[in-house]
Amino acid sequence: MTNLTTKLALATLIGAGLVVGGTVEAAPKKGGILNYVVGSKIPSYDGHKETTFGMIHPIRPYYSTLIRVNPDNPASPTDFVCDVCVGDVPKGEEGGTKFTFKIRKDVEFHDGTPMTAQDVKATMDKIIFPPKGIPSARKAFFKAVASITAPDDETVIFKLAFPTGTFIPALALPFNFIYSKKDLDTHGYTWHQKNVNGTGAFKFVQHQKGSFVEGVRNASYHHKGKPYLDGIKAISAPKLAVRVQAIRGDRASIEFRGFPPKHRDDLVKALGNKITVQESDWNCVLMFAPNHKVKPFDDPRVRRALTYAVDRHGGSKYLSRIAIVKTVGGIVFPNHPFAANEAELSKLAGYSKDIGASRAEAKKLLAAAGVPNLKFVLNNRGVDQPYKVVGTWLIDQWKKVGMKVTQRVQPSPPFYATLRKKKDFDVSIDFNCQSVINPIADITKFLTTAGNNYSAGGDAKADAIYEKLLRSADPKEQRAMIRQYEKRVIDDAMVAAITLWWYKINPHRSYVKGWKIAPSHYLNQHLDNIWLDK
Amino acid sequence: MSKYILKRILMLIPTLIGAAIFVFFLLRLIPGDVCELRLAGTGLYADPAEILLCQKNLGLDQPLFVQFLDFLWGYVIFDLGDSMWTGFPVVHEIAIRFELSLQVAIMATVVAVAIAIPLGIISAVKQNTWIDYVVRTFSIAGIAMPSFWLGILIILGLLIGSQHFFGEPWMPPITYVPIWIDPMENLAQLIWPAVATGYRYSAVATRMTRSALLEVLREDYVRTARAKGLIEKVIINRHALKNSLLPVVTIIAIEFAFLMGGLVVTEQVFNLNGLGKLFVESVENQDFNMTQQLVMLVVVIFVFTNLFVDILYAWLDPRIRYS
Repeated sequence: MTNLTTKLALATLIGAGLVVGGTVEAAPKKGGILNYVVGSKIPSYDGHKETTFGMIHPIRPYYSTLIRVNPDNPASPTDFVCDVCVGDVPKGEEGGTKFTFKIRKDVEFHDGTPMTAQDVKATMDKIIFPPKGIPSARKAFFKAVASITAPDDETVIFKLAFPTGTFIPALALPFNFIYSKKDLDTHGYTWHQKNVNGTGAFKFVQHQKGSFVEGVRNASYHHKGKPYLDGIKAISAPKLAVRVQAIRGDRASIEFRGFPPKHRDDLVKALGNKITVQESDWNCVLMFAPNHKVKPFDDPRVRRALTYAVDRHGGSKYLSRIAIVKTVGGIVFPNHPFAANEAELSKLAGYSKDIGASRAEAKKLLAAAGVPNLKFVLNNRGVDQPYKVVGTWLIDQWKKVGMKVTQRVQPSPPFYATLRKKKDFDVSIDFNCQSVINPIADITKFLTTAGNNYSAGGDAKADAIYEKLLRSADPKEQRAMIRQYEKRVIDDAMVAAITLWWYKINPHRSYVKGWKIAPSHYLNQHLDNIWLDK
Repeated sequence: MSKYILKRILMLIPTLIGAAIFVFFLLRLIPGDVCELRLAGTGLYADPAEILLCQKNLGLDQPLFVQFLDFLWGYVIFDLGDSMWTGFPVVHEIAIRFELSLQVAIMATVVAVAIAIPLGIISAVKQNTWIDYVVRTFSIAGIAMPSFWLGILIILGLLIGSQHFFGEPWMPPITYVPIWIDPMENLAQLIWPAVATGYRYSAVATRMTRSALLEVLREDYVRTARAKGLIEKVIINRHALKNSLLPVVTIIAIEFAFLMGGLVVTEQVFNLNGLGKLFVESVENQDFNMTQQLVMLVVVIFVFTNLFVDILYAWLDPRIRYS
């Protein structure tokens, strides 16, 4: 067994350990309504179109997906299980270019229509090959898919143009709601924006706009014996203080996105053992992007000085007490087998534990570039957690090597306008927040041609490495290539820098059982495994 | 009188058109775009073609003047359009929140009047006594204390107090139930924001009642009434109070109009799904259509409240309509 395969197996076993731990709990009780608070708004009900957790948290429980992250082991970045398919998630055939899924026969839409392979094909066609004028937010994740066929009602076959490690994680995205072919044919491709008809654990009852979404137990749910709850109610509460108070006052039992450390501590202090806290690394990372088109940031020495000046290890220790950031990592989610280990990280610019040496290097680079007293403006987003906290910390870090930085904080719309349209910033806070951990897809942000690479620059060598990486099917080779790519994009060419990875904290009422924290607030939101120990 | 009312109504037309122009173009000056926020606001990658498609679907690719004409045409054909964020009709989105905002506004007005009128009278009658000082301190505190801050204190007080006395923290409900479905649940949610806003509102009205009543109490006809030997209670209630309430009615009416769309922060604190919260969300989402229509709704409420007050003035004081 190769070292990497061992790691992949280990990642699954860690999760399996949690499952064993979970079985110590009492048997699930049936009944009850789960009230939970959601800090964002629902744009539409269409998972294929939307990107926000404001839609996922209230709507995901009404839908199924072809495969999903193992709900009993969501901490593992590589453990996927079938949802509406049968058996294990298939391994690729024909050199990793063909995936055959056998579809369950006992799945039914909430309107009573049986679900077949034709529905899965119609759904995936809509996501991957949408007709002109129909939005699909994640079709880029499926670039490798050449065709989808459903030779009978129980089989769906995906054929890929080339083997890629991005396919299975992309298939498990929680946004890939299975729609009924009949609905798509009868009502059109935009019907699901305002209507719900899924095969999920709960049936949609009502949406009181701006207030709550309510659902009841789906008695004919295909995962027999589930869900345990009689119903769910997703309550909209945009203000963080209201969400915290709602849990404290038991108006809601849980919030699935995450609270800052102080609110966790406040809740625990107020309620003691009536609160249970689950914590996890989070597949979101805060970055800073220098504008390569603005002098002196066109000089890689200046860009590298920016990253050398930042004490990530020190920042992790102190910022994690006040903000939702914690983990020091490279470009890949820290717990993934493809992520850089400590020894590999320490070789990258700005990751050494000897911050004195790093800062001396930063000063040397600035002097060599002719800007020993660099002055610039940091463009930041007017959101406290973690943007403003980390932005303020970065300014202090840069000050320690003689840079003079002022912060320009803007509300989200003008912040995005600066980043994407005007592009008139020196250095900007940036971020990368994904759902299913899919390293090869997630790191595209650094590519020269990537639409979300806001540094206006890139690195030809890194682009070439990525092209090979995308077409590799060997995990060992993939990991090695990711290391080369990482060295280029956050060190040698310093396209953009990683600051700290986010850290997810979910304090909830202790009577909420069965839900396990995932490394993303988009995951494990079908809620079929939750029960109330009341 | 009818000529006066007609004149006032005709004056509404240029006011509303001016407001429409102002709102439409001012909103377009704000950088950002609803499609970018929706598709890439969470940090996920958004294909530029998807953003363009979204803009096209929402009509944002049209020249500004065409968008403006569309906006005005909507009033002609009684179609206020759809929310750019949810896709549901604006009328529907506003209607479901209007009821809650109206109830809070009415309850806050009742709280304010119940506090302001008696305290204002007592303060005026007991001018420069310790009672007057207490009332004035109470009302100045109300003006100085933002209602959202008072709201936060109320919620924290309820949580801490209930846990202390009953062992389990209690907070007001965070979802709205109409009063005819569950009156207790409805009042348990709305009484607190009504108190928080009503207190600030009452502080303004108390001070107005006091100063207006003091002014009237110095009038010759009040002195004459006292000289005639009328008892003080009758002088205050029958002669002075009625005449002093004219400016108080104006203040109450304008505050009521403000409450209909102005409880922006208080609604957030109590998680009320009212017009104020919708306002904040639509601005945050760059939902131009919703924001425009909400601003126009507030303009209409203010304009008609002013019209009502003008007519009331004209009815109470004939000198106004003849001038």
